[in-house]
Amino acid sequence: MKSLRTLLGTWVVALFAASCTFDGDRYPQSSVHPTSDFAEMIHGLYVDIFWWTLGILVVVWAVLAYILVRFRARPDQPIPKQIHGHMGLEIGWTVLPALIVVAITIPTIQAVFSTQTANLEESLVIDVIGHQYWWEFRYPDTGMVTANEVHIPVGQQVSFRLSSADVIHSFWVPMLGGKRDANPVRVRPEGLDPEYNWIHLTANETGTFWGQCAEFCGDSHSLMGFRVVVESPEEFDAWQAQLAEPVVAPEVAAAEGDSIATPVQVADVDPLVEEGRTIFHQQTCVACHAIQGTNAQGEIAPNLTLLGQRSSIAAGWLENTPENLERWITAPQDIKPGVLMPGVNVAGGNWPATNLTEDQVRAVAAYLYSLR
Amino acid sequence: MSVATESAATTHDAHHGEPTGLWSWITTVDHKRIGIMYFLTSIFFLLVGGLEALLIRIQLFKPENDFISAELYNQLFTMHGTTMIFLVAMPMAVAFFNYVVPLQIGARDVAFPRLNALSYWIYLFGGLYLNASWFVGQAPNTSWVGYANLTSTQFSPGLNVDFWVLGLSILGVSSIMGGVNFITTIINLRAPGMKLMRMPLFTWMTFVTSFLLITALPVIAVALIMLAFDRFFSANFFNVAAGADPVLWQHLFWIFGHPEVYILVLPAFGVISDVIPAFSRKPLFGYPVVVYAGVLIGFIGWGVWSHHMFTSGMGPIADSFFVATTMIIAIPTGVKIFNWMATMWGGAIRFTTAMNFAVGLVALFTVGGLSGVMHASAPVDLQQHDSYFVVAHFHYVIVGGILLGMFSGLYYWFPKVTGRYLSEKAGAWHFWTTMIGFNLTFFPMHFSGMFGMPRRTWTYQSELGVQLYNQMSTVGGFILGISTLIMLYNVLKSAKSGAPAGSNAWGAPSLEWSIPSPPHHYNFPALPEVRSREPMWHDDERAAIEAVTLAHPAKEPEMPGPSFWPIVVASGVTATWALVMTGVWWVPLIGLAYTTFGVFMWAFEDPFKHLESSH
Repeated sequence: MKSLRTLLGTWVVALFAASCTFDGDRYPQSSVHPTSDFAEMIHGLYVDIFWWTLGILVVVWAVLAYILVRFRARPDQPIPKQIHGHMGLEIGWTVLPALIVVAITIPTIQAVFSTQTANLEESLVIDVIGHQYWWEFRYPDTGMVTANEVHIPVGQQVSFRLSSADVIHSFWVPMLGGKRDANPVRVRPEGLDPEYNWIHLTANETGTFWGQCAEFCGDSHSLMGFRVVVESPEEFDAWQAQLAEPVVAPEVAAAEGDSIATPVQVADVDPLVEEGRTIFHQQTCVACHAIQGTNAQGEIAPNLTLLGQRSSIAAGWLENTPENLERWITAPQDIKPGVLMPGVNVAGGNWPATNLTEDQVRAVAAYLYSLR
Repeated sequence: MSVATESAATTHDAHHGEPTGLWSWITTVDHKRIGIMYFLTSIFFLLVGGLEALLIRIQLFKPENDFISAELYNQLFTMHGTTMIFLVAMPMAVAFFNYVVPLQIGARDVAFPRLNALSYWIYLFGGLYLNASWFVGQAPNTSWVGYANLTSTQFSPGLNVDFWVLGLSILGVSSIMGGVNFITTIINLRAPGMKLMRMPLFTWMTFVTSFLLITALPVIAVALIMLAFDRFFSANFFNVAAGADPVLWQHLFWIFGHPEVYILVLPAFGVISDVIPAFSRKPLFGYPVVVYAGVLIGFIGWGVWSHHMFTSGMGPIADSFFVATTMIIAIPTGVKIFNWMATMWGGAIRFTTAMNFAVGLVALFTVGGLSGVMHASAPVDLQQHDSYFVVAHFHYVIVGGILLGMFSGLYYWFPKVTGRYLSEKAGAWHFWTTMIGFNLTFFPMHFSGMFGMPRRTWTYQSELGVQLYNQMSTVGGFILGISTLIMLYNVLKSAKSGAPAGSNAWGAPSLEWSIPSPPHHYNFPALPEVRSREPMWHDDERAAIEAVTLAHPAKEPEMPGPSFWPIVVASGVTATWALVMTGVWWVPLIGLAYTTFGVFMWAFEDPFKHLESSH
């Protein structure tokens, strides 16, 4: 038992060390490095309960250790005194734990209520829609849409309205707070509002925070990450404005004879990008993907507006580089099993293989990377 | 075989009238043989589930590993959970119920010996059916909780979920019958003087668990049948697009699932409540309190299910209710821990392997219990839920609590079953490798969870910084694997050549230690009269009992004969469910006809026919 206790003791010390001294950069998905009011409230509660439970554990283990040493059977020991019980002790060790759980329960219930109520008038509402295996974010106020990387302003209350397009997912950004399930929206009789789950929080630090689906949702559940970019209100407004009028060359709309396109700024004229642009907008890509300001208006797959700005692709799984984009376009199912996107040689969802050549893949990747 | 040889040194009497050979085991209705079969089968599935766990641990050894595919990984963790709960932990407890309870209460068998055989065979066939999915490459893959609507045909079109739905339905039948059998046995078949409040704690906890079995299993049965209707007959119970509540399945599952946790853990509590007094040479401290705490846990266990669902969006009022009930259930659990420690206090503790495992349970279950208090706080649970922190928590409960309790029971009752002790030296190796392997596997998971690793993930990115913790877990997992092999070696070797044990191998207080080891097939030649809770510790009472239990009767008690029909009915029940898989409505009727045939033959078979023919 001694060596076991030493080992466990070391780990408990390590637990302290880890929860007190690590930095957020080392654990980008840490639940013990709060950066919002919601996360701080949970963390405060956790720390309180941690001390209570650690105290109980230390007492139990210390008494147990004493018993095991002190009451070890000795040779020729007579039969020990036969004690059947003690009412006072029973009452004592019933009441004492009861008081401790009351001490834990009261702040818990306070936190339950305070984290689940918010004034939506003061909130920036963002729709979060889980899909197998990516995240869609919609800003109802501006009509803007993005995927897998959501921007929010620091110091402003944000209310995430959670739902799912298919199965149950769970929206979890540990540094910004606890998770909540994104349930498929139940069809209800007329007159009844649809039911949503909400997360309300006010971020108090800028930075990019990692999130991940926390409810098992199928083949690629493990690869269903996302990022939350917390930025200053000015940066946030600029980003929203850029989303509305992204950098896309006008000839795309002209070439397609499409009336959806809005007036846009002229992008760079790298011929590779131009080739990729042509391929993307003439192929089946546009059936599922949308790029603001172009003929691509599909809603089944992630919105690719300003894709080049995102830090990651494939729902937080790959760093956003032209090489990774090429890998993804070539064989998405090799990276993310069960994904609906077709690859160069494999069909996906309802779509046949794209049959793009290597050069064409490079061109499409260059085009997508140029959307910034 | 007709002449009994008197032996003063050992109690290895020749066993009269007990048939041997494979056929006698297949047709047996003897609770002891059924208990042994339950145990061996659960050990087989423990190896299967353990192998699945090791493959999972190899995959998670390093970030972005591709040792196995995501599809296979999802099947492995689903089957690991399903196997360990339904095919290992529950039946291993039932193995002990079977072997020990009739002996502890002074009964010759359970109330319904053939139903008992049927329970076992359904368990075996159901387990094999569930695992047959591996051979078609479509093992269940939606986790052991199988949340709707992922389990719908739209999102899970393969056979995977079919195997799971039908396999669990089959296994449920077995558990419910077992529950009925043990409730009846404990109520009706106690020896004279064996009042309820004189029953050993293991029998008490079997009693409570049996009530949970017959009340909780029907809930999951209903949920599974609803899901089967959705899948095979296009019903809409869980079809959100047709207006179903998206969390209905979760409520049904956890109304079963939380009592299930106590179905698993109460037997282990029962085991160590017998082991700790035996090796402290002191009666259980606060016996009535420990009994009531167990009963209370059984009751309150029904009111806490939604603490598994704090993230599902139930609203603050429901959240608060389940916070409160969950906090309350921590109290009787704590009371049990304190009573076990008070039992040891002032005792003369013998550190046998059985006792080591019992003490290990007290130490480690406490860790799992306390991390449970953390998740009981709903806001904190929003961070810990579905992360590796929770994986750490419930393995401290299920391995640190239940499995250690079962191992304690194994070392404790093995001499009764075989007449031989398990090797204490191998036992020490088994114990220490279990402790080291277990803690090394599961303690670091608190960290990987805290640092944001969700459970049920096939791989993780190196940036999460959880590689070190995963490596510790993987190494620990293999040590745990080695410990299991040591246990297996010990069981196989000691069954053949272990040191012989007398009738009361440990000087323990309860009735099962009054009869020879191994017991006669009829257990008690005549029923002893019990006058206290520790009959074997009071000299005059023990003498009176042993005069009855060690006597050689002129004529052996008549026991019900073997029967082939339970196995026929069991295979029929399994086949009927399995044939539902065809999706053609009349095909399962073939299985039903076969089952009905078996039931008729069973009903009209004279259970005492063998006695007439042998006389």
